[in-house]
Amino acid sequence: MEKLSLSAWLDEANASTLSFGRFCLQTQALELELTEIELSERMKQTLSVMQQAIAYGLTGVRSTGGLVGGVGLQLQQYSTGDQAARSLLGPLAAKAAAYALAANEANAAMGKICAAPTAGSSGVLPGVLFAIAEDRGINQDDLSVALLVAGAIGMVIASRASLSGAEGGCQAECGSAAAMAAGAVVDLLGGSPDQVGHAAALALKNLLGLVCDPVAGLVEVPCVKRNAGAAIIALLAADMALAGIKSVIPIDEVIDAMATVGRAMNADLRETGLGGLAATPTGLECAERIFGAKNHPLE
Amino acid sequence: MNLFDVIGPIMIGPSSSHTAGAVRLGRLARELLGEPVVAADIGLHGSFARTGKGHGTDRALIAGLMGWQTDDARIPHAFEHASHAGLTFHFEMVCLGDSAHPNTVVFALKGQSEGVLRITGCSVGGGRIKITEINGFPLELTGDFAALVTLHQDRPGVIHSVTGILAARAVNIAEMRVSRRKRGSTAVMVIDVDGAVPDEVVSEVAVLPQILAVRRLNPVVE
Ligand code: SF4
Repeated sequence: MEKLSLSAWLDEANASTLSFGRFCLQTQALELELTEIELSERMKQTLSVMQQAIAYGLTGVRSTGGLVGGVGLQLQQYSTGDQAARSLLGPLAAKAAAYALAANEANAAMGKICAAPTAGSSGVLPGVLFAIAEDRGINQDDLSVALLVAGAIGMVIASRASLSGAEGGCQAECGSAAAMAAGAVVDLLGGSPDQVGHAAALALKNLLGLVCDPVAGLVEVPCVKRNAGAAIIALLAADMALAGIKSVIPIDEVIDAMATVGRAMNADLRETGLGGLAATPTGLECAERIFGAKNHPLE
Repeated sequence: MNLFDVIGPIMIGPSSSHTAGAVRLGRLARELLGEPVVAADIGLHGSFARTGKGHGTDRALIAGLMGWQTDDARIPHAFEHASHAGLTFHFEMVCLGDSAHPNTVVFALKGQSEGVLRITGCSVGGGRIKITEINGFPLELTGDFAALVTLHQDRPGVIHSVTGILAARAVNIAEMRVSRRKRGSTAVMVIDVDGAVPDEVVSEVAVLPQILAVRRLNPVVE
């Protein structure tokens, strides 16, 4: 696969005085041989799948393996209404986290989702984008452009490193999702192309090294709750970038570091369900409960 | 890879390899059978066997055998639909050894017509799949392209006749692979094409004297 460079794209956008989102809309429409309107329509359909996944998760659904369910709803109830003030995160961030949980619970319950970039990390973008859209009254057109920014960042990561937990650990899934969401938010709120790059870098740096260790090999624990964490890191990274804070290490180099770290990870920590949380006594007990002792992942 | 691989696919969860990939494997297997599946014996190997239940791999495979897409909201209820559709199925765990991909499935499929079709395939990650064997013939099918698959007598000129028919209908060949068990017996040919395979190609290939069976496959990677 040809190695892409986010910095190169950001520079091109800068030079053409376009926002990075507009730049992505133009270049991706050309690349995909679609009109800008068609591409934006596709993104809106995707957004609607994301929104429905949040709604389905908020009904409190339980997962197929039975390890997760109902926590998106639980956080939403805790952080809204009469006692909203008790949420430490505040309404916007708590909503992003609750939505991220809910959308990923929909995934674990065999609901319809958009893998962005993967099914396991499919809660992060919906959580962040819809919390901000509701809070700031942002319309679908602008959101669809933000989704393209996320996609462009994801493409660069896929070309230089990986988006798969089996290859690069969870940094490649939830880490990439956070980087994509952070960059998307910065563009959505009027940040410059450079700030988009810093936001993506700051988010990814904060999740570098994260291993993939799903209990019983299922996309449930820790995946669902990691989606909430990645959503919060995305918001923090976006806030930092919009405040003018820079990542000392440029985005492309952060992505390359992620690739190196992924290669250094033991196979037990790359989606095999053999290490990390999956190998804890409780993790093993969960596996045994679901699959029976005979089909234990360790055998 | 393009943007829609990163923001997408739209699918039924929870796993692109164990759910979406499984739907695609089932669908490609059904296309190879060339008619509705009436009975399916399905062997699951490795991670498909170990974690398949929790990922809905079993329901996803059956959904695929009924020709459904990866984003079909009925997938969680595929078993109920299968019994209405007159499809009986049976799952078992198989052990194909360490060299087999961890997400491997082995189908033995029956339709209305005679005979059983045996297909081996695996889900290689991110929803991408590979059929690796049909009735003992090793071959590679990814479902990325429309394809023409033939079972034919291994004689000089067969490949030329088939590609000639494609050329006459202005169908461009993207890639082709031939596999045979021993010289002069039967062989399998897979021709990936750009665009679709027209009806006429299928009927013209079917009447070539050395052709034992021909199938047209639609891409399963949307
Ligand atoms: S822990 Fe593994 S399976 Fe779960 S979200 Fe992270 S990368 Fe995906």
